[in-house]
Amino acid sequence: MPKEVTDVICPFCGTLCDDLVITVSDDNKTILGVKNACAIGAEKFNHQRLPGRVKLPRMRQADGTYKEVSYDEAIDWTANMLVKSRKTLMYGWASTSCQAMSIGHEIAEKVGGIVDNCATVCHGSSLIAIEDVGVPSCTLGEVKNRADRVVFWGCNPAHAHPRHMSRYSIFPRGFFTVKGHKGRKIYCVDCRYTDTAKVADEFIQVQQGYDYELLNAFRTAARGEALPDFVGGVPKEKIQEVVDDLKSARFGIIFFGMGLTHTMGRNHNIDIAINLTRDMNDYTKFAIMAMRGHWNVTGSGQVLGWQYGFPYAVDLSRRDQARHQTGETTSVDLLNRNEVEACFYIATDPGAHFPIDAMISSSKKPTICIDPHINCTTEISDIHFPVAMVGVEVGGCAYRMDNVPIETRKVVDPPEGVLTDEELLTRINKRVDELMAKGAQ
Amino acid sequence: MSEFVIRNGHVFDPTQGIKGDKKDIAVKDGKIVEKVGSSARVIDAKDKTVMAGAMEIHAHVAGPKVNAGRWYRPEDKHFDSHKTTGITRIEGGKSIPTVFKTGYEYARMGFTFAMEAAMPPLYARHVHEEIHDTPIIDEAALPVLGNNWFILEYLKNHEVENTAAYISWVLRQTKGYGIKCVNPGGTEAWAWGLNCLTIHDPVPYFEITPAEIIKGLIEANEYLGLPHSMHLHQNDLGNPGNYKTTIDSLKLAEGIKATNNFGREQVLHSTHLQFHSYGGTNWGDFESKAKEVMDYVNKQKNLTIDTGNVTLDETTTMTADGPFEHHLHGLNHLKWFNVDVELETAAGIVPFIYDPANAVFCSQWAVGLEIPLYAKDPMRCFITTDHPNAGPFTRYPRVYSWLMSKKVRDALLNGFKKADKVIGATTLAEIDREITLYELAAMTRAGPAKALGLAKDYGGLRTGMNADIAIYNINPDKFPSTGPEIEKAFAQVAYLFKDGKICVEDGKVVDMGHKKTFWVDAKVNENKQVMHDIREKFLRYYSVNENNYPVPESYAPHQHIISVDATKA
Amino acid sequence: METVTLTVKKVPELFLECEKVNPDAFAGKSAAEIEKLPAYQGKENSTLGEYFAVAGNAGATAADTKIVINGDCTKMKYIGAKMTAGEVVVNSSCDMYTGSWMSGGKLNVKGDVHSFCGLAMAGGEFTIEGNAGNYLGAAYRGDWRGMSGGTLRVKGNAGSDVATFMIGGVLIVEGNVDIHLGTHMEGGKIILKGNANRRVGGQLVKGEIYVFGSINVMMPGYKPVGEVDLDVDGTKAKFIDYIGDLGERHPKRKGETVYGHLYMKK
Repeated sequence: MPKEVTDVICPFCGTLCDDLVITVSDDNKTILGVKNACAIGAEKFNHQRLPGRVKLPRMRQADGTYKEVSYDEAIDWTANMLVKSRKTLMYGWASTSCQAMSIGHEIAEKVGGIVDNCATVCHGSSLIAIEDVGVPSCTLGEVKNRADRVVFWGCNPAHAHPRHMSRYSIFPRGFFTVKGHKGRKIYCVDCRYTDTAKVADEFIQVQQGYDYELLNAFRTAARGEALPDFVGGVPKEKIQEVVDDLKSARFGIIFFGMGLTHTMGRNHNIDIAINLTRDMNDYTKFAIMAMRGHWNVTGSGQVLGWQYGFPYAVDLSRRDQARHQTGETTSVDLLNRNEVEACFYIATDPGAHFPIDAMISSSKKPTICIDPHINCTTEISDIHFPVAMVGVEVGGCAYRMDNVPIETRKVVDPPEGVLTDEELLTRINKRVDELMAKGAQ
Repeated sequence: MSEFVIRNGHVFDPTQGIKGDKKDIAVKDGKIVEKVGSSARVIDAKDKTVMAGAMEIHAHVAGPKVNAGRWYRPEDKHFDSHKTTGITRIEGGKSIPTVFKTGYEYARMGFTFAMEAAMPPLYARHVHEEIHDTPIIDEAALPVLGNNWFILEYLKNHEVENTAAYISWVLRQTKGYGIKCVNPGGTEAWAWGLNCLTIHDPVPYFEITPAEIIKGLIEANEYLGLPHSMHLHQNDLGNPGNYKTTIDSLKLAEGIKATNNFGREQVLHSTHLQFHSYGGTNWGDFESKAKEVMDYVNKQKNLTIDTGNVTLDETTTMTADGPFEHHLHGLNHLKWFNVDVELETAAGIVPFIYDPANAVFCSQWAVGLEIPLYAKDPMRCFITTDHPNAGPFTRYPRVYSWLMSKKVRDALLNGFKKADKVIGATTLAEIDREITLYELAAMTRAGPAKALGLAKDYGGLRTGMNADIAIYNINPDKFPSTGPEIEKAFAQVAYLFKDGKICVEDGKVVDMGHKKTFWVDAKVNENKQVMHDIREKFLRYYSVNENNYPVPESYAPHQHIISVDATKA
Repeated sequence: METVTLTVKKVPELFLECEKVNPDAFAGKSAAEIEKLPAYQGKENSTLGEYFAVAGNAGATAADTKIVINGDCTKMKYIGAKMTAGEVVVNSSCDMYTGSWMSGGKLNVKGDVHSFCGLAMAGGEFTIEGNAGNYLGAAYRGDWRGMSGGTLRVKGNAGSDVATFMIGGVLIVEGNVDIHLGTHMEGGKIILKGNANRRVGGQLVKGEIYVFGSINVMMPGYKPVGEVDLDVDGTKAKFIDYIGDLGERHPKRKGETVYGHLYMKK
């Protein structure tokens, strides 16, 4: 008899829905159905049963083809690579568990690695801004229960966080928000009319790259100072009108995404949005939140935070100190400048996401890639380690976009013989210890 | 090697009234025993001071706001991250140490236990992940309950039994230790940008007052018979003139007797009292009211307090008193981090520089010293810095030097740029008292252990107690006379025993020990109403499912569970 | 003044961390002792002698020490960092952190510098003959205390994020800058002889920025209030005085708000 596993946490995006119901075959090996997930989350669970899972490590041969090898052989190769390399990029982490990250950090500290996570090409800009100016924020349940003004600025949850609006930000009826979306005014600020804009009460089109100037205008208007006629294509009357409306809110929230993190100025765009939020707190209650992409990039930031004091781009290459400087210790910069000698990728696919120059640099270095599947990075790596899918085939702690920690569940068994990230990293750690004891470095 | 004898040390143990006598302490299999065999390793404690391991009753060392403080302050690690040779990991963070540094530094100073002062229940998993990664010292965490929707509703209706049932459930879900109450009512008001500054200001919508919350939580605590008392961070923290609200709050404990099987005598623990002992009406006429507050504390035997000493450093303030942090940010304009937590609480963080050139900060420093110097019963007055709010915990040795030597503190006081103003606004200059080693042992070991309900096994050196022992390079007959010497002696133990194992030797960490997570499992009668309310609130208002709320066992691999039977026949 | 001459004999494969290449670290040392000072590439601990030929002994103090560096330093980080006195002349371009956290003395780079140079400069004179990268004279990550003293001059162009969180001192760019000049400034003086792309003086609390060239897009928070005749870095000219950033907080003195000023040469 198939059985239902309830309260399952979806390991895809930062919305981290925890109400999924997964139907599993009697023998615990196959996922038969998914309830409550969005299309993306459903696919993450459903594709588990597709044939063709990689079950053994794959090692690149001299002729460019890949041959299956034992975990031990691949682990030994990897440990030797780590011990030899003077500076190793250890990037990814955003789709594995906190428990696995912790073991990875132990390895990095021993071998001189630079631990970086997917924020480096995503909300890293937001983290830089928060490092500079802090952030007034809240948990998603506060939005659900209190918010009567919701601003989506440079983000498109309709596509990127599909259940966000129904679980937290637009539709739910909360304790003080019994009218649901009828009691909220929704703004969407973007350079193009998105599917999220369609759901908003008001769409404000900003000229691409002018968010910083527009936010400066909002702050200027809030202080009662004069404005130029147009800022970023938005007339000053509209700016004043929106600011006055936001001031009249009982509880306002700004959600933002790549529209701010990846346009001109990057962290400065978020910095000034945070300062606008801060200013609004002089009049009413206002919060701001980054729409984190990966389901556990926030978790990587937390573990790096409590172990080393920084949220990403943590340089442990000197082995006796932890350093952090985005622009120097960030993955793309390290690769572009050829500042590392080896690459260790886990729970990520930089081949698909990094700028091409960075990947050309990466492809020339000894590289290992840990991923349940073949992806753009595994095919330019020396070794591809298959592992269990975290949140599906093995549990582990994850942090939601509002930093709330939720323990993901194991729903089905991984394919026979496939290790989990924790098991693999533990074995690599052990092999590194053995090599170092032998005096390899 | 699990047998030791600590020979010839000067023992200071208020649980046995030992005031520096030379006494041997025998250790076997993690406990203090009468005697051990001849194969026991001998630890030469000649000319050294021997005390039980110190116990930190209130610090912010593990959890979401602590970590936010860490990662949003890269400059706190700048030029500071380092690794000592040996078995330790990289350490960093001046005001908010990383978890590794936290464990090592407490151990190096002779501490064996730390209480995380404020755990937001929704984030309990995070607190426990950090506790798990913090080496050597045992830890526990206090869930914050003073602004919790369940608590506000039950207390409004005077439903002590339901309140107790809910608290019992939260302690189990979060592996929590007791009841923490921060800025009661005010932090829920803060979710609308408001606050409760006196104990009679009603909470918006919930229409309950801080006084009712404080009283109700004290009653619930005694109904359950928990090992620790209700632990209170009063309203109106940090504002001139707030001492009146403080005394009003403390008065709510009058007439209530402690009910528990743990030897605890207080019904209310008032934390970081320094921040709550101010007179005056503004920063210009700011003055100390430590004497007035301590006059009250001294005669109210069912209270315990901790100091919250300002150390005059650049540090980071962080508290569940969200509105206070917003206010502080308005004063110093430094980066402000805030998180409101649905149904439960909030937190705020702002860096702060207690500049010794500023008269107000120096007066706060003086207030923090006056409080323990006026304390008549050192078993009821504990030394803290509300780490990191008034200063980093690594400054404890410096705080001890100020308390134990009038010469050292007066030199600092008289050397302030605005010394005249500071002396005029406080009474510290008039105080001659110097805390003795015996009193220090009460204020940092025996007292906190008793207040936490752990006096049976911790905080002392009686036979049968846990072998958590600190040996300092201090010869009581030749007590160091300069500040730096006193600091050095308390900063680097000669030996730290944790559970009968030497974890620190000569100030160097040599063993990670086997730390435990302490939590309280209080059993109550089945309460269908409360379980229904919990189900209801998770379905309608929380953003996570009820089944995903509890902290799984794997987060605390070594647990020290204190069972309490609060089922009423 | 004693002079120590370093000549690059090996270019690092990665980047060399030259934390010890400054008058303070050299003071009181002979050439042989200087050769033994540590230098790092990741976890590899090396010595300066591996990468530089060292000639001459240092002075007794930093103030008495001059360092001349010849050869290719484009992969050397931290040259002149944290120096408190003395002189350093680099006849090459340098990498990151050149002159960062310096508080005195003279540093002259006859070439370009990469990013994060002159961070939190507190005193002394730092001159770059060529171009600078990003974050010139800025604060370290998260710190609200940026450049606070001294004079930093770049004769070529600089990139973005120049003088972020500046609180004092003088920073002069003789060429152009990209975006975000003087963001979060709270004191000090910036002189831009060339042009800026956008976002000059964003979120500025206090301070003065003088722009001789053009700005592609002015911040909305700046308002012209008049014209003034000024003598700036040896040039007398008429400037339009803009006050701002009006979207930001400002201190008050005797009840009057003290705005920042952005002076645009007419």
